Amino acid sequence: MLLYGLLGVPLVGALLLLVWGHRRLAAEMNVLFSFITLLFAVALAVRVMRAGPMEFDGGWFFMDAFNVFLVGLTALVGFTTALFSRPYMRIECAHGRLTMVRLRLYHASYQVFIAAMLLALTTNNMGILWVSMEGATLATVLLVSLYRTPAALEAAWKYFILCGVGIAQALFGTVLLYFAAEKVLGAGGNALLWTHLNAVKAHLEPTVLQLAFVFLLVGYGTKVGLVPLHSWLPDAHAEGPTPISAVLSGLLLNVALYAILRNKVLVDGALGTQLAGHLMMGFGLLSVVVASFLIRQQSDVKRMFAYSSIEHMGMMTFAFGMGGAVAVFAGLLHMTVHALTKSAIFFTVGHATQKAGTQLMSGIRGLMGINPGLGWGLMLGTMSILGVPPFGVFTSEFLIVTTAMHEHGWATPFLLVALGVAFAAIFGQVQAMVFAETSLPRLPHQPAMTPVFLHLVLVLVLGIAMPDWLAVWYRQAAHLLGA
Amino acid sequence: MISTGASGMISGWYLQIVNLLAALLLLISFAMLAQRRVAGLISLFAWQGAALAVSTAIVAVFTAQWHLLYSVALTLLLKVMIIPWFFYRLVRKLGMSRDVEPLLNHSLTMLTGIVLVIFAFNLALPISQMAGTVMRSTLGIAMACVLLSFLMMITRTKALPQVIGFMAMENGIFFAATSATYGMPLVVELGVALDVLVGVFVLGIFFFQIRETFESMDLRQMEKRKEH
Repeated sequence: MLLYGLLGVPLVGALLLLVWGHRRLAAEMNVLFSFITLLFAVALAVRVMRAGPMEFDGGWFFMDAFNVFLVGLTALVGFTTALFSRPYMRIECAHGRLTMVRLRLYHASYQVFIAAMLLALTTNNMGILWVSMEGATLATVLLVSLYRTPAALEAAWKYFILCGVGIAQALFGTVLLYFAAEKVLGAGGNALLWTHLNAVKAHLEPTVLQLAFVFLLVGYGTKVGLVPLHSWLPDAHAEGPTPISAVLSGLLLNVALYAILRNKVLVDGALGTQLAGHLMMGFGLLSVVVASFLIRQQSDVKRMFAYSSIEHMGMMTFAFGMGGAVAVFAGLLHMTVHALTKSAIFFTVGHATQKAGTQLMSGIRGLMGINPGLGWGLMLGTMSILGVPPFGVFTSEFLIVTTAMHEHGWATPFLLVALGVAFAAIFGQVQAMVFAETSLPRLPHQPAMTPVFLHLVLVLVLGIAMPDWLAVWYRQAAHLLGA
Repeated sequence: MISTGASGMISGWYLQIVNLLAALLLLISFAMLAQRRVAGLISLFAWQGAALAVSTAIVAVFTAQWHLLYSVALTLLLKVMIIPWFFYRLVRKLGMSRDVEPLLNHSLTMLTGIVLVIFAFNLALPISQMAGTVMRSTLGIAMACVLLSFLMMITRTKALPQVIGFMAMENGIFFAATSATYGMPLVVELGVALDVLVGVFVLGIFFFQIRETFESMDLRQMEKRKEH
């Protein structure tokens, strides 16, 4: 019942907003639906925590410690982003960048996007996982092009085609997975259910799974934004409306990584080697290094933080690739803190660009002077994402780097140099944006600062005093991932 | 090409037809690479869908895999009728220019295509030996179709040919699924079909947006914008 609520509420919300989305209270309805979704997610999480992993509806859906925590995170960030998007979109309308009709499309697609991600996380069927990942892409294509500027259209086109090609590779990988599964489990729908596959993973044909994993990693890796498949990501983040940048960065990338990890468990079981892990380490490290050097060259603030997302997704991929209890724990923690911090940063950056009327960092100056809340939000968010203690990002990055030192010493200098370069580049830019002299105008509506500080407080709590139940939860999830 | 061994006891003539259709599929993929007109490309895409549907239908009937018939119906409806019709309409409504304008020259594209086919057959060999289906020998062709469509996507400069390449890739993947495992489970096929349909719909809206802003469907126009 809870599960149907979780998936049904955003879908019903999408239908209603498709009719109602341009009226006066549409933004409030969007918040309300996201809030109800969050309530269902929390209830479901409590139930799974008490009762352990469970299947729903004859095995079609499956919840364990790993995906229920991502469901909670997705619903939470979905809700806070809806809170943020209410004043943000109002200001955009006041600035004349959007019409009411486009707001209707925006609100409906937002709910479809949340529903598609929740379906991807809860489904037990690897085929449906693919379908909902593609659905999440399609729901956001028209949102990236919402402003209809040439740059936005180009970004949306790139997003559509590159993610389309990527996801087609993942479909081929899924076909191969089914091919291997069918021999053991017999034909039919059950052969793609993850729980069934997991039970027989040692008997799956290794050569086929090896090939399948390459396709799956390249396919879903395109959506994670792994270098060299990342070129859609900065464009889509920079040109779309900021709430969409926040959910793309904070949620969609995580869900794509989730898809890779679910498949990795099967492939590891079948191969009995470290091949999948090594591939992920390679892609991850390359992403961290390349992205951190590209950060230096950016002049657009949203593009800069988009590259930072690539860097952090690379960090997680690297951690999961290393495997082992500590690294996987750190990877899961990093998924959480990155999602919270990066969306908080995009919230402040969104309002800052509205104030300055430009996304160029040279045009954004002195936020602290005109709006201390915004200035502090951006400064603290940036410090958090750069891994300054005591924020949670420090904890996870520290664990990842120390594990790398122990087990893969050769990788450590690359990681440290990349982290240093990213730190210098981002901190230098943000400092000027926050502290320099300025004469920027006031915004027509009050900016939404509650979600920003809510996220930052959560990240702080995760860094200083992680609650026991959460640590147990992460450890369970890490165990499920074979650590 | 002709399958032997375990499937030898099954009466071979329908397999010959399936193999013939598979060869036709590969031929169409090459023709799409060579095609210079958008309208020609769309009809080739429709023919590719038709060949896929007929071969799947034959396999479904002769091996009593009745669930494959749903996939046949979906292919006929979507890829042979609705999508080509929709594309024709788009071309007419948007008044797109009719030439395709590939990035690479013709003979180079063709040569690359041949190399890709050889690569695909090598890649498919170990897998098709494991497959228990009657049409496993066509797996190489399916992979070749996927790679050729991919080549077509990256060598075209215009939006519509790129999308047709993408759809042709999906055709190749479905053919691979039929050759290796008699198709995917039904819910997955339905889901994929839904995604394709929504994708084409989104694309339609999107083309009109591009049209409004750029007055041309040439993607190089977008590139030029950057230089200003």
